[in-house]
Amino acid sequence: MDPGAIAIQVLNGLQYGLLLFLIAAGLTLIFGILGVINLAHGSFYMIGAYLAYWLSEKTGSLALAIALALPASLLLGWLVERLAIAFLYQRDHLYQVLLTYGLILIFNEMQRIIWGNDVHGVTLPAQLAGVIPLTDLQSYPVYRLFISLICMLIAVGMYVTIHSTRLGMMIRAGSSSREMVQLLGIDVGRLFGVVFSAGAALTAFAGMLSAPINSVYPGMGENILIVSFVVVVIGGIGSIKGAFVGSIMIGLADTFGKVMVPEFSSVVVYALMAAVLLWRPQGLFGEK
Amino acid sequence: MTNTPRKMSRRDVLKQTTAVGLAAATSFIPMRPSIGQQAKVKVGLLLPYTGTYAALGHNITDAMKLGFAEAGNKLGGREFEIIQVDSEADPAKAAANTNKLIVGAKVDFLSGPVHSGVAMAMAKIAREEGTITIVSNAGANAVTREMCGSNIFRTSFSNWQVCYPMGIEMARRGLKRVASVTWNYAAGKEMIGAFREGFEKGGGSVTKEILVPFPNVEFQANLTEIASLQPDAVFAFFAGAGAVKFVKDYAEAGLKARIPLYGAGFLTDGTLRAQGQAAEGVFTTLHYADSLSLPANVRFREAFKKSVNRDADVYAVQGYDTATLLIRAMDSVKGDTRATKALVAAMEEVKFDSPRGPWHFSKSHNPVQDIYLREVKNGDNAVVGVAQKAVSDPGTGCATA
Repeated sequence: MDPGAIAIQVLNGLQYGLLLFLIAAGLTLIFGILGVINLAHGSFYMIGAYLAYWLSEKTGSLALAIALALPASLLLGWLVERLAIAFLYQRDHLYQVLLTYGLILIFNEMQRIIWGNDVHGVTLPAQLAGVIPLTDLQSYPVYRLFISLICMLIAVGMYVTIHSTRLGMMIRAGSSSREMVQLLGIDVGRLFGVVFSAGAALTAFAGMLSAPINSVYPGMGENILIVSFVVVVIGGIGSIKGAFVGSIMIGLADTFGKVMVPEFSSVVVYALMAAVLLWRPQGLFGEK
Repeated sequence: MTNTPRKMSRRDVLKQTTAVGLAAATSFIPMRPSIGQQAKVKVGLLLPYTGTYAALGHNITDAMKLGFAEAGNKLGGREFEIIQVDSEADPAKAAANTNKLIVGAKVDFLSGPVHSGVAMAMAKIAREEGTITIVSNAGANAVTREMCGSNIFRTSFSNWQVCYPMGIEMARRGLKRVASVTWNYAAGKEMIGAFREGFEKGGGSVTKEILVPFPNVEFQANLTEIASLQPDAVFAFFAGAGAVKFVKDYAEAGLKARIPLYGAGFLTDGTLRAQGQAAEGVFTTLHYADSLSLPANVRFREAFKKSVNRDADVYAVQGYDTATLLIRAMDSVKGDTRATKALVAAMEEVKFDSPRGPWHFSKSHNPVQDIYLREVKNGDNAVVGVAQKAVSDPGTGCATA
């Protein structure tokens, strides 16, 4: 591979990793703070993508579709937390796994009923549809750069929120000791609701952003869920920093795995996870 | 206890009834042949009616029903019934589902499936049981090669058949170095293998075979690789979500203008609406095209649209041909389903003027058919010409051929 191609593969890996971060950040927060294994997390990604497709067909604009879909997914996340998850905080993980697995089935069936099983494409906004020529042979789509930029802004925003706001303080406290936060008289129910719906909306947002580059299809949520769990495990449960580093690692490993060892490319991310776990069983930034 | 007369248990009742039933059944057996002619012919369909492939299953079924209706809803002068089983396109359930039809419903004819994995299990059982079986979609080469049997027919295509002519065609166009890309699974490898065979025969060479883990649809890394390889062209096979995504990504990465994209027909069939502009100018080969201007095709598409209010596609054509085959064969044996040998011989002889063009069976019971070269123009697979006439799958490893 020539240096130009390597540079572009790095860009590819970063872009994939940054998008994964949006999904994994929500997953790791929900697990770290609420103590819930949320298998339905991938469904929010799927719902986000389908909403982006459906609303952009209706309104003719992806930006408008996202503006409408974001509050909708926040609300959906909040409803799911209040009406379903909230009843299981005191229960064993097995109950949560069963409930959230059931939610996957419900969401998938809803998707089938509302939108059918066809594969759909979402049109790129015209302003972002071009490519930037990088070398004689290689060019890079503007939209992918745009996604990376948005994801980085969100990552910075999350960093600031978590490290310098009162909500962030509660989140940090919640992820290191949930019981202590409760004992200090913080409204845990509200905190949980906020974290869950923010996590769901972030994931749905990732689905909306990626809808134009990943076509919209049934079962897309489950594919992304597994990779997101790998990221969370590598980064350490509950750690946003870990989710960020883990996402970038997985993004790069997956991209270069596909090019350099195509026969084993589906194994590369799991091999990476195994290696990290052997070295640091709690994940890169995990505590305990 | 010993004195009390034992009450007759439920099990005893069952035993006795069964015995009586058996005796009755046995005594009826000699009479069966004479009833046979009057009884309804049973046609079993093992197709996906739910899940990702549901649309394909429904199109095949509805087109078959249209074909039967046009022939007066009789098979060789006899009434018939269609027994549908949902295959769910699940190979794990294929054996049980096949048995449901062959052993359970005792069908006279079995037809289906869409998924090649299901087809392998189905063909294996059908071969042992001897039920006349017509594969109406699944393209796994083995069905009319190693797994072939005198009672197993295929009205669709073999994976080899749709890709080999594209290899020949691309070599004819003077392309020398081509990269191929597909999913790392059986159908993908068969398609790419056939393409390579044709292309190398024509003097070209495949410089790189890219295999993407199935069913992964993130192609960006592979596209960057293709750009740096600079082949003369790319040959691709993906279907469904993968086809939509690959074609869009290929155009989006700015590759389409510099490196022309070719593929198996499934790359642009049923996916054009989702692919939009990105698919324009992509060349593919298939045994059918929606816009074929044959009178039989125009007539069939109108009839299909009228009967179910959906547009016909390649799958509907395969279903329609399956029905035509059954009608013709049953007519020639005057509805005698016990005359298996005569039926098989009649099916082997049937020649079609199908919506896809005329075709007949090869020795291994795969269609000998024209493979069309199509180019996507204005959101339609426009027929450029015939890539190769009367393509016959080699049927390697088929003992009856």
